[in-house]
Amino acid sequence: MTTRRNFIKNSGLLLAGSVLPVSLIELSFAKTSDNFTFAYISDSHIQQIKGNKFVRNWDRGLIRAVAETNMMDPKPDFVMYGGDIAQLGKKAELDHGLEILSGLRVPETHYVMGEHDYYLDLGEYWESQLGPQYYSFDHKGVHFVVLNSILVDEGWTNKWASGEERMGVMAGLDDPRGSPFMVGEKQRKWLADDLEKVNKDTPLVVFSHSPLQKLFKNWNFWTEDAEQVQAILKPFKTVSVMYGHVHQIQYNQIDNISFNSVMATAWPWPYPKTYVQAPNMMPKLTVDMNRADPFFERDATGWQMIDVNSGRLSVDFFLPENEKRRVAFNAAKGHPEDVVYATNTTAAQKHY
Amino acid sequence: MNIFIVWKRLLLACLVTTGLMISPAYADNFTKEDVDGWYQEYLSVVDKGRVAFTDASLGTNGVVCAQCHPNGANTHPETYPKFQKQLGSVVQMWEMVNWCIRNPLEGVDLSPTDPRMTAILSYIAHERRGVKMEPGKH
Repeated sequence: MTTRRNFIKNSGLLLAGSVLPVSLIELSFAKTSDNFTFAYISDSHIQQIKGNKFVRNWDRGLIRAVAETNMMDPKPDFVMYGGDIAQLGKKAELDHGLEILSGLRVPETHYVMGEHDYYLDLGEYWESQLGPQYYSFDHKGVHFVVLNSILVDEGWTNKWASGEERMGVMAGLDDPRGSPFMVGEKQRKWLADDLEKVNKDTPLVVFSHSPLQKLFKNWNFWTEDAEQVQAILKPFKTVSVMYGHVHQIQYNQIDNISFNSVMATAWPWPYPKTYVQAPNMMPKLTVDMNRADPFFERDATGWQMIDVNSGRLSVDFFLPENEKRRVAFNAAKGHPEDVVYATNTTAAQKHY
Repeated sequence: MNIFIVWKRLLLACLVTTGLMISPAYADNFTKEDVDGWYQEYLSVVDKGRVAFTDASLGTNGVVCAQCHPNGANTHPETYPKFQKQLGSVVQMWEMVNWCIRNPLEGVDLSPTDPRMTAILSYIAHERRGVKMEPGKH
């Protein structure tokens, strides 16, 4: 536990001149030998204006997430980056984002591909810097899988006059010229092969950028082959899927699979129900996140610490100028749950 | 009874007479074609609003309205006029649109009568059509 005195000392070293609420780093976890934690940062949308000028607000979100991740106690074993480092997939944006992420004092960072990283050059530059677009790794008895879930069919991918045009269309969340995301046959085959070798009692955590479930097609809160991917995960006893893209808190349970979204560091997105012209299939389980002060600059952005406890995830959301939120798997109920807000909805969660 | 009222009556009589002489239709008589045409006019302004919503030239940093407000969502036009925390008073929606242009977009206010402002407000209202009015709601 970090004391106030330590905090002031540390923050003086790390963040001279900036003010952070002390509560943000007052963390306590059940420290059993099986448990471990990792941090999750996602959706920074680093956006180049021109030359050395980038959108300041998006920069600040990622800078702050990095600083606070460095102050987390216990120290996370690794950092997961959930996709969309860049806004328009440009080298300058990816480079600038990675430069900010280079401040992380954590042994390792793993990356998920986002559509904003991909559609300019089909992930070429991203891959040259960060490695394969899908892969798996093991850590302390948990099998982790990273998928590129933001692919679309080849006809759409190849119909544009330029990468810039393609990226511009895909960058518009609500652009009707877009196309539904999918994992695709090739990767599903790879996933099945990868999981073949893994004992079905091994806790499995799958990272994707889009939700591996169908929530709202208009904004691609959607993966077209979600059911097929879920079927591949079905034989495992304990499965958790974590995704970015949606810029809001969501959680769900489908059969054996727990779903948790993570927050964006850049800006929040409205819940689909606020767009009344199209139906949505949002999980009934989710209690909305707080929009206490729309456009306080870090309003409804955040980063999170994940406690892996007996292979299940407890997600602690760090929300500037808001109460911290914790969504933890409830073994008795068999689904993720926000104990505090499930019975105590605040005025600020009603989205006005 | 005074001279002013007499003059008003005389004026009214003149207007009615002239109207009857020019055309048998009254000024407020219109057809389905008129209504359809006016609605098309409105939709063309809604389309211009969608263009403005994705137009980086409203600001200076490349950020556009639709980046945070897909389909104009979470703008809740049905709640204006209302107290807006950022502005510290009860405002109309155009004032909040300008707040967004000034802050996230780092741009310069539009005049409330600027055709682009009308287009933006039309697009926002159109995407929220069917929702009941709740002025003042936060």
